Amino acid sequence: MKIKFFSALAMTSLLFLSCNNDDNAPEPVNEEEVITTLTVTLTAAGGTPIELKSQDLDGDGPDAPVINVSGSLATSTTYSGTIKVLNETESPAEDITLEVEEEDDEHQFFYGISGLNATTEYGNFDDDQNPLGTEFTLTTTDASTGSITFTLRHEPKKPNDGTLADAGGETDITVTFSVEIE
Amino acid sequence: MKFYFVVLTTLWFVLPVFGQECTHSVSGEIIDFHDKTPLKGALVLVVGQNTKVTTDNLGKFTIKGLCTNEIELEISHPECTSQFLAVNTNEKKELKISLEHHLELLEEVQVIGATQKKKTASSIEKTLQLQTLERMSSGSLGDVLKKIPGVSSLNTGANIVKPVIQGLSGSRVLILNNEVRMQDMEWGDEHAPNIDVNVANRITLIKGAGALQYGGDAIGGVILIAPEKIVAKDSLYGKFLANGATNGRGGNATLELVKSFENGWFVKAQGSYKRLGDLEAPNYVLSNTGISQVGGSLQIGKNNFKEGWEAYYSYFDSDIAILRASHIGNVDDLITAINSKQPNFIGPFGYTIDNPSQEVTHHLLKGNYFRRFEGLGKLKIQYDYQQNQRFEYDLRRGESRGVPSIDLTLRTHTISSDFKIDADNQKQLKFGIMGRLQNNAADPSTGVRRLIPDYDKYDIGAFATGEYNLSNQLILDAGLRYDFSRIDAKKFYQRSRWEERGYNVDFGDLVVEDFGSQLLTNPVLDFHNLSGTLGLKYDLGGETDISVNYALSQRAPNPSELFSEGLHHSAARIELGDLRTKSETSNKVALAIEKKSTKWGYNVAPYVNGIDNFILLEPSGVEFTIRGAFPVWSYRQTKALLMGIDASLYKQWLSNWRTEHQVSYIKGSDKTLDRALINVPPIRLLNRLIYKRPQWNGLRVALESNYVFEQNEFPPNITVFSPQVNENVVLDINTPPPAYHVLNMDMEMTFKMLKKDDFTIGMNISNLLNDSYRDYLNRQRFFADNMGRNVQLRLKLYF
Repeated sequence: MKIKFFSALAMTSLLFLSCNNDDNAPEPVNEEEVITTLTVTLTAAGGTPIELKSQDLDGDGPDAPVINVSGSLATSTTYSGTIKVLNETESPAEDITLEVEEEDDEHQFFYGISGLNATTEYGNFDDDQNPLGTEFTLTTTDASTGSITFTLRHEPKKPNDGTLADAGGETDITVTFSVEIE
Repeated sequence: MKFYFVVLTTLWFVLPVFGQECTHSVSGEIIDFHDKTPLKGALVLVVGQNTKVTTDNLGKFTIKGLCTNEIELEISHPECTSQFLAVNTNEKKELKISLEHHLELLEEVQVIGATQKKKTASSIEKTLQLQTLERMSSGSLGDVLKKIPGVSSLNTGANIVKPVIQGLSGSRVLILNNEVRMQDMEWGDEHAPNIDVNVANRITLIKGAGALQYGGDAIGGVILIAPEKIVAKDSLYGKFLANGATNGRGGNATLELVKSFENGWFVKAQGSYKRLGDLEAPNYVLSNTGISQVGGSLQIGKNNFKEGWEAYYSYFDSDIAILRASHIGNVDDLITAINSKQPNFIGPFGYTIDNPSQEVTHHLLKGNYFRRFEGLGKLKIQYDYQQNQRFEYDLRRGESRGVPSIDLTLRTHTISSDFKIDADNQKQLKFGIMGRLQNNAADPSTGVRRLIPDYDKYDIGAFATGEYNLSNQLILDAGLRYDFSRIDAKKFYQRSRWEERGYNVDFGDLVVEDFGSQLLTNPVLDFHNLSGTLGLKYDLGGETDISVNYALSQRAPNPSELFSEGLHHSAARIELGDLRTKSETSNKVALAIEKKSTKWGYNVAPYVNGIDNFILLEPSGVEFTIRGAFPVWSYRQTKALLMGIDASLYKQWLSNWRTEHQVSYIKGSDKTLDRALINVPPIRLLNRLIYKRPQWNGLRVALESNYVFEQNEFPPNITVFSPQVNENVVLDINTPPPAYHVLNMDMEMTFKMLKKDDFTIGMNISNLLNDSYRDYLNRQRFFADNMGRNVQLRLKLYF
């Protein structure tokens, strides 16, 4: 009987102990790893820089990214390109490029050109001399219209043959810009 | 008692020396505890003497010529547990003794192979006995239950296995661990039941919602995991079981110890450990598919016939690696994966559990008390507490590396009580009430928006069930249950999502606070659910019976169906719940004809299940983010119709040879959209050939063939825009894989170590021919083949 009483008591006390329901409002979570913005700046010697920008402020929300290209490229010109990746859900915006460059052995940008008379070349590399690609050069030739796709892969196979199929890994960013060379 | 016995026996040896006259006598009446009818043929024995008598037709007896006035009587009856009674014949001459003359207690201590009393008369049930469970002690609950016709499983790889009963799974299947309804976030497809099969002495599966005492929302069915009933006798025994597996290059072991006492006290402790490395498909290593699992339970109590109590605690922790190749970035990655037929990441074999992975810990604490009332019935009171902690780890960058993406703690308290009136052998009535309080807390430090919000949930339920023997052949059973549940959630919505879903129009008043891009809302949702069942069972004679059962059941939507909102990284999909989701209502009729004889037997069980407001999750489109396009999986309600048949047949051809055959077929249609339902199990055909030779150390060899047809009814695929190829492509997300055939083999022999038949050695080979195949109900079918051949060696020692 004593045991019965004590076990009942233990159970009852447990009931009270575990009922620590605090009615405080939960705090919002601002996603730390969301990438909202990709900005590619193409600068030719002496010219105005051209900006390709994709911005998706609601991250994985229903709104699609807003894509903007500030101007056309010139024929037979070499541009030096830099890529900046931001998380603008935080304030101030977090520069994710720094993280990507720090973990350069686990990241790589890929440039896909379709319909344009242009070529790209990697401008920066990881410690094993495999490409990273937050910096690059783009060289145009004749006038044409088409698109450039920028893809950032996380944990790709490194080294790879430069194609997405061979690299594998998972996609962190993929944005296609319609571009004209005139 | 022992002391008393010794004293009494000593007295008996000593007293005659004094030449005492043997003139004492005692008489009495023995009656049934339940209905107070006299018991004839009961044996009354004077302990320590040769004197014994049996009761007459009126349950009466008289013993004369006793040499002492202090005696001990042992009263026994073929269908009862014996009772001991100390009597002083000087004080009391007329005894009235009530014996437990009822099958119930027998049922509780029954041995393997014997028929068990069913939980409901007319529902379709199947019990897996200890012997079967021990052969599969390395498997998961879902693997074990697949032995039953009509049961399949929804897998995420080989280690996360959710049972599917007649096409239904998740929240529609209730799992009771030692009479405690598991509250372990059963809502997710990649959330396996947090139970170690080694705690079970037997597992009973009830198809459909006929067992109302466990809940009214078991549209799929109920799984009862029962530990061993410990008999009140002085004893200390145990069991050790170990398995070694070639696939995964690991194994598991379990140890169990029981100490019981004559006076009803008992204590049982059990623990098990499982560790496997990467599993292997026939052609490659399934990188990052290992598992580490620890389970344990402690049971202590006192069980007498009239009253008893028990305290039970069980612990379960599993750390499961998720196939590395199944973690993908966006829809293009998914298209690539589907087209490549080969995982995009294959590494060397290893034991490490890397991310993506999940770690789940479940604590279950229970206390119960029962008391029987003479000539009336049995009262039970139970309290249980469960705590389920779930971490899900994704591949993350920078400082977030190693931080879980999902961190949920679910705490549940339940108090329940029921009363069973079973005094009358012709009818039985049971009624009960239940109250439950549940709290879910999502830790914001994950840095990922909560997929499931913080919430409090309150449940109240009441039921009454009855069973009535209309004649010797015909049993009627019926039940009614009401459940109320309220969910009070604190949920953040992205403003864009809130508006896209139209919630700003319908639920504008739920917003508590505006954080700019996010809104804090406080939905409070009430659900009233009614369920009922009515059935008949008729004994046709010749070991054949027929039963028919109708069940109405209603299920309130779970938090995932209501609140999911966001990118599920591990599945590379955006999952969207719906605040407008209502309870679903199922009307199911099931028929069964069963014959069970030693020579042969069969079971044919067709059913029809019409479900209004059936909640399903299916791919509905894509949404674009900077990471590319993601398939959106939305919860939707529809009118569904599930029709199927489960059939089995066995025949003992010769004394050593036996064959068993099973087939399950189910057709699921979406009546609203007039098309097939998603994730309906394809036809399964199972054939088993068993050879037994008891005189050769209990040799048993079984060869099993499993043929799974291709599912040719499935919802249409969706078209998505692929940035990579810059055009719309068909996402082959619903197309089922082709049919497959897998052969398994099992053999075992039993030896003597210390006592007879205490040591069993066995070998099991699954996927004997090392066939490559994929299964429609495996969520990793897009990425990799199922497991290849696995040879397992098992040892079992009773002591």
